[in-house]
Amino acid sequence: MRLAFVLGEIGSGLRRNLSMVVSVILVTFVSLTFVGAAGMLQLQINQMKGYWYDKVQVAIFLCSDGSTAPGCATGPATPEQQENLRKLLESPAVAQYVNDFQFESRDDAYRHFKEQFSNSPIVDSVTPDQLPASFRINMKDPEKYQIISETFSSQAGVETVIDQRQLLERLFSAMNIASLVAVSVAGVMIVCAILLIATTIRLSAFSRRRETGIMRLVGASKIVIQLPFILEGVIAAVIGAALASGTLWAVAHFFLGGYLSRQYPDTAFISAGQTLILVPALIGLGVVLAGVSSLLTLRRYLRV
Amino acid sequence: MIRFDNVTKVYDQNARPALDAINLEIDRGEFAFLVGASGSGKSTFLRLVLKEDRASSGAVYVAGQNVANISSWRVPRLRRGIGVVFQDFRLLPQKTVFANVAFAMQVIGKSRSVIRDTVPEVLKTVGLEGKENRLPHELSGGEQQRVAIARAVVNRPGILLADEPTGNLDPTTSMGIMGVLDKINQNGTTVVMATHDDDIVNEMRKRVVELRNGVVIRDEAKALYTSMIPVVGQSRRLRDASGRELEPAPAPAAPNRSEAPATTRAAARAAGEGRL
Repeated sequence: MRLAFVLGEIGSGLRRNLSMVVSVILVTFVSLTFVGAAGMLQLQINQMKGYWYDKVQVAIFLCSDGSTAPGCATGPATPEQQENLRKLLESPAVAQYVNDFQFESRDDAYRHFKEQFSNSPIVDSVTPDQLPASFRINMKDPEKYQIISETFSSQAGVETVIDQRQLLERLFSAMNIASLVAVSVAGVMIVCAILLIATTIRLSAFSRRRETGIMRLVGASKIVIQLPFILEGVIAAVIGAALASGTLWAVAHFFLGGYLSRQYPDTAFISAGQTLILVPALIGLGVVLAGVSSLLTLRRYLRV
Repeated sequence: MIRFDNVTKVYDQNARPALDAINLEIDRGEFAFLVGASGSGKSTFLRLVLKEDRASSGAVYVAGQNVANISSWRVPRLRRGIGVVFQDFRLLPQKTVFANVAFAMQVIGKSRSVIRDTVPEVLKTVGLEGKENRLPHELSGGEQQRVAIARAVVNRPGILLADEPTGNLDPTTSMGIMGVLDKINQNGTTVVMATHDDDIVNEMRKRVVELRNGVVIRDEAKALYTSMIPVVGQSRRLRDASGRELEPAPAPAAPNRSEAPATTRAAARAAGEGRL
């Protein structure tokens, strides 16, 4: 098979059907942008969960230099206080509610902080001694948070006990609903894209039925006859996917990175670079959409 | 080269078959006319050879191969061995003469240099040298049909099927086309031509197979368009009596025919003759 010949056929097909090709590009662009938006929301949720979210439910923060809580009257938590707290966590009264716990030192805390806020300018102005050490507790039953809170809040060296899940859960459920909406819209748009690609290929096959008829008669293989049509759809879809990827990158770069992160410096946002992992997925989805719908159309409308 | 073994083709269960238990053999290098009224089964015959349709029963052999056993992805290879010419030429209007002929080679992956060498040669064979760069609408009907023939034979098929190739042409031009087909036949290509054109058939004096309502009613060598013989069943004897040749002209490539064992072929022919 001669590549130049197939490419020429594709070129003439795209030219003849220009308006349809443009509409395919736009529809795949919009639908894949919605798919990508849902993907970005999920990435953002992961970013905000940080290092501990999926591993523990309750954090006991120990006193640090600037603590003002009543339990911190004596200054930063001493190693003895820390050891007492560990013993208390291991005691039978508490241990029955606890699956597992870990101690996060100030250095660990600084490391995790740097990871989570790597895209934010705030990371440069924070040092390890501004961050409190903490015990991170994985509960057998997250609902029993109150018991831990009551037991530890009054202990010496404890600044505060926080149920992290409760803080973020509401925000995350809102974001999950938003990504569900985006996926639904994307679903409808993808159906549009499939139908439009099918129609485009059908028109293209019709306008070139003389050529394909002759190709059939002189014994051109199925691939040579069908490939230009399939590639036509695929090329249009890939252009649409590329536009969608560009749009998502621009949103991450200019809106999240440039505007929102200045408005909310204490929130960890995804970087523009992170959205690039969505690009292969979007292009792959576009190729599959176009390839499958044009194959099915050709099976019906182009006899080989 | 082409053998029909008791082939029946039914399009519609309620109507009569388009072809009804046809037995027919066309040898390598032969030139055969397929005549008969519209609806007699000529086009169905050609479609079955090309595997555009499957026979309802019986077997169609092309170049020794039962086409029913050719898988769909090998059908293109079958069709590369068969050139086809139509009444309406079917040229690509936006391509030049050269490009129209080259198209048939491009789509099966022939290299540019082979195309550059072969196409002018074939155009010369059909009498179109010097018109490579014309567009189809700048040519006469006869010239357009020559382009179509060039395209059909450029890949050197063993068989050329022509479906009323002179149907749109005046008698003089038609004779020119027949000259081209005869030349191609003499180069060893088997030619099967479906036609209504009695002048041409009478002029050429080749084998004539006449179909009526899906049945072969006449199969004569060096024959005329209409049979001189009133009773079909006695054709063989009467032809003897009138002193014409009994057997079809021997095929040039006869000694090394590979399509079927000699005994099978003889049996098939005997069965065919029994029906006449």
